[in-house]
Amino acid sequence: MTQPQTVEQALDLVPEAGPEAPPPRLQRFQWLGILREASRLTRTRIGLAMVGVIVLIALFGPLVAPHTPTEFIAAPNHGPTSDAILGADALGRDVFSRFLHGGLTVLWMAAAATVLGVVVGTAVGLIAAYSRNWLDGVLMRLNDVLLAFPQIIFVLLAVSAIGPKLWLIVVTVGITHAPRVARVIRGAAQQIVERDFIKAEEVAGERRSRIIMQGLLPNVTSPLLVELGLRMTFSIGLVAAISFLGFGLQPPTADWGLMINENRLSITVMPWGVLLPVLAIAVLTVGTNLVTDGIARAAIGLERSNE
Amino acid sequence: MSATETIREPSVDVIDLRIALTISGVDVVDEIGVQIRPGEVLGLVGESGSGKTTVGMALLGHVRHGGHVAGGVIRIDGRDLSTLGERELRHLRGGVVSYIPQDPGTSLNPALRISTQLVEILEAHATDGGAKQRMARVREALEEVALPSDDEFLKNYPHQLSGGQQQRVAIAMAFANRPHVIVCDEPTTGLDVTTQARVLETVRDLCQSHHVAALYVSHDLAVVAELADHVAVMYGGRIVESGTRDQLFANPCHPYTRRLLRAVPDIAGKRTVVGIPGHAALPGSRPQGCYFHPRCQFARDDCRAEFPPITDLGEGHRVRCYHVADAVRQAPPEGAGQADRRAVGEDVVLGIRDLNAHYGETQILFDVNIDVHHNECVALVGESGSGKTTTARCVAGLHKQWTGEVSLRGEGLARGARQRSGEERREIQYVFQNPYASLNPRSTIGQTIARRLKLFPPDGGGDIGAKVGECLERVALSASAADRFPDQLSGGERQRVAIARALAAEPALLVCDEVTSALDVSVQAAIIELLGELRNEMGLSLLFITHDHALIRTVADRIAVVTAGHVVEYGPTEQIFTSPSADYTRKLLANTPSIEVALGQATAPSS
Repeated sequence: MTQPQTVEQALDLVPEAGPEAPPPRLQRFQWLGILREASRLTRTRIGLAMVGVIVLIALFGPLVAPHTPTEFIAAPNHGPTSDAILGADALGRDVFSRFLHGGLTVLWMAAAATVLGVVVGTAVGLIAAYSRNWLDGVLMRLNDVLLAFPQIIFVLLAVSAIGPKLWLIVVTVGITHAPRVARVIRGAAQQIVERDFIKAEEVAGERRSRIIMQGLLPNVTSPLLVELGLRMTFSIGLVAAISFLGFGLQPPTADWGLMINENRLSITVMPWGVLLPVLAIAVLTVGTNLVTDGIARAAIGLERSNE
Repeated sequence: MSATETIREPSVDVIDLRIALTISGVDVVDEIGVQIRPGEVLGLVGESGSGKTTVGMALLGHVRHGGHVAGGVIRIDGRDLSTLGERELRHLRGGVVSYIPQDPGTSLNPALRISTQLVEILEAHATDGGAKQRMARVREALEEVALPSDDEFLKNYPHQLSGGQQQRVAIAMAFANRPHVIVCDEPTTGLDVTTQARVLETVRDLCQSHHVAALYVSHDLAVVAELADHVAVMYGGRIVESGTRDQLFANPCHPYTRRLLRAVPDIAGKRTVVGIPGHAALPGSRPQGCYFHPRCQFARDDCRAEFPPITDLGEGHRVRCYHVADAVRQAPPEGAGQADRRAVGEDVVLGIRDLNAHYGETQILFDVNIDVHHNECVALVGESGSGKTTTARCVAGLHKQWTGEVSLRGEGLARGARQRSGEERREIQYVFQNPYASLNPRSTIGQTIARRLKLFPPDGGGDIGAKVGECLERVALSASAADRFPDQLSGGERQRVAIARALAAEPALLVCDEVTSALDVSVQAAIIELLGELRNEMGLSLLFITHDHALIRTVADRIAVVTAGHVVEYGPTEQIFTSPSADYTRKLLANTPSIEVALGQATAPSS
């Protein structure tokens, strides 16, 4: 007799779908379904609101800023005035304007690094899981070597060797994400590889690339989405940290990480210069984390009700 | 059963039981009434979703999460379960009522020794006496199930025992506290036939010698026919027919029971199997009136209006149908394309010579030699782990670690599927055991089949969409199924899709690996019918792998019996059934449960 396929079937409660079955809960584009489910959770909504606010500030801030980021508008560490509502920094520039200008770079760098890391990591993870031979071993051991470096050390090493170039930061942050993503995706894909529908493609001599793209990839969407969110959170933190350490955007450009560094000496007289970017980064990372958590919960919920 | 026992009060008395889902209020089972007297075995039969396990669990005072008892009474030894508190219920379970699970591998704690687990059961029910007496009782319980009771054995952990031994330990645990009622939930499903026969015998003996009332929940009609005194057939959460074993099997009256019995292959009788068209009535999607009417050929307006009341046909034979007379008069239908043996061709399509296969260091197959001729169905039978699936995988090129020769029309094949030519791959197609795993859940049925048509373009080309429709219609699915995803189909429909996918390549040989073992009997019969028809139409050769020995007589022209990697017997079906040469085959055939043998309608296939 059949092994029960799901908790529900085992309970004799949920009917197997017949031809008059309710509309599909599982679509080919499962990620759409997961995102829809996730958007119904309060935590996801709060997270989206937090991320939304910061993204709006980063995108439209430069347009509404009263001053350019490099303009000297008052005496150094001058208190708030009607012209500069948060006062001036140690060089006499408008803190509020610099804050409004300084978010965009963090955002695009983090996003680019995340996409790069997740794409490379997913590719490596899927290939390793599918190959199940020496290639799997080589890829995963290389992974382990990369995992041995703390991410920030790796980035600083590259930047101090080649120079503080933004593309280099994006690439190295992405590359150091990749092995972490690869591990997760490989684990998820290993269970799929053992399923009979993959064997059915093997027997038919289906192209390997097609088995990976059509057979494996759509079946690991849940961990993929979660990794995407998680790596985004880490990217924001990393990019801001590198900027803080002075390896990112160079002065006098406005940047949140850099602002924290520039203004930390005058924190007692002019705390806004540090607080505002710190708050922005915190809200952003907590927001992305909440969204990720919502996605993870929705994915688990869908899996429980489906397979 | 002696006359004195029949007068005894029933140990189990269920009256008008209704269990419903808490949220939707949909009933899972309804109007269930059963009585079991001491020493009696009631077989509760039904297909998946019929509610049989729900009823079994209810006797333990347990309703699974999401449901509740919405009406009726369950009395165990005269005590109404609904009046008992959680503590009293706990005391009842394992004491007065006990349970033999389906899979002992998961119900025994792998981290504790056998003795610890048996003592625990006794302690939980605080039978008087000290540790010494408990140990003595443990030994006694083990001896009752024909297991060794020495210290050496008691020290074992579950994983050190075989599946059959584990199940015996589970039975010993169930009987340890001398229960009055025992619920068996398909306890032999995972066991091979020889072990199954012994376990069934143990259960029957224990019930009789200790006057235990047993509820035996099963989908396997042959097992129930061999074991039960009374049988109740469930459909859509209600008992549609009940009676003594002989009444029910020799004179079935409900149309569903009659069709169900026609769907069961029997090792003792060479006959066709016939599936039941349509879908099972599952909770929430049950029709108005009699739940079976959409699938019933005798359905009239009264059947569509209201569920039939209980009709007593005399001597306790009860049935719920308005048209028993019609049903009994009508001769049962004949299955398509199975009984008539086609002309088996002369030419060998698949030749297996001296096949030796390994998994790592372990040798799985030893010098296997099998031929499959044109239009022939060769069944590979054997117990789990015998190497039959490995043989199939070598043929298909899924398992590459083998030596010897596998040839297609005389041409030797490469080991792996990828090393073979496209034409060779086209000719051998594989249908997998579990239709829930063999279709990509993220591709529509149409995409899955269309891709196969692109890999193996049919002669004459033509529109792929139209071809997909043809492929689906060939397996009796509607062309509109192409837009569906696998999770929108039932198990039987999925298996049809898997067959359609294999046939899209227009193969010469279809390798069927336990293709019906994940399906209900009525669905299994429909798939077997379909394969029979397709063979006639397309001139297919089949390599049919199964552990269901009853099935082979229906489907196979020739049989290869495999055990421990050796083919111990290979020959025409009739010859193997009438004069098996190997001891192993004889044992296998004799131990396979059979309704006809149980009723004394046929003699055992070998004796």
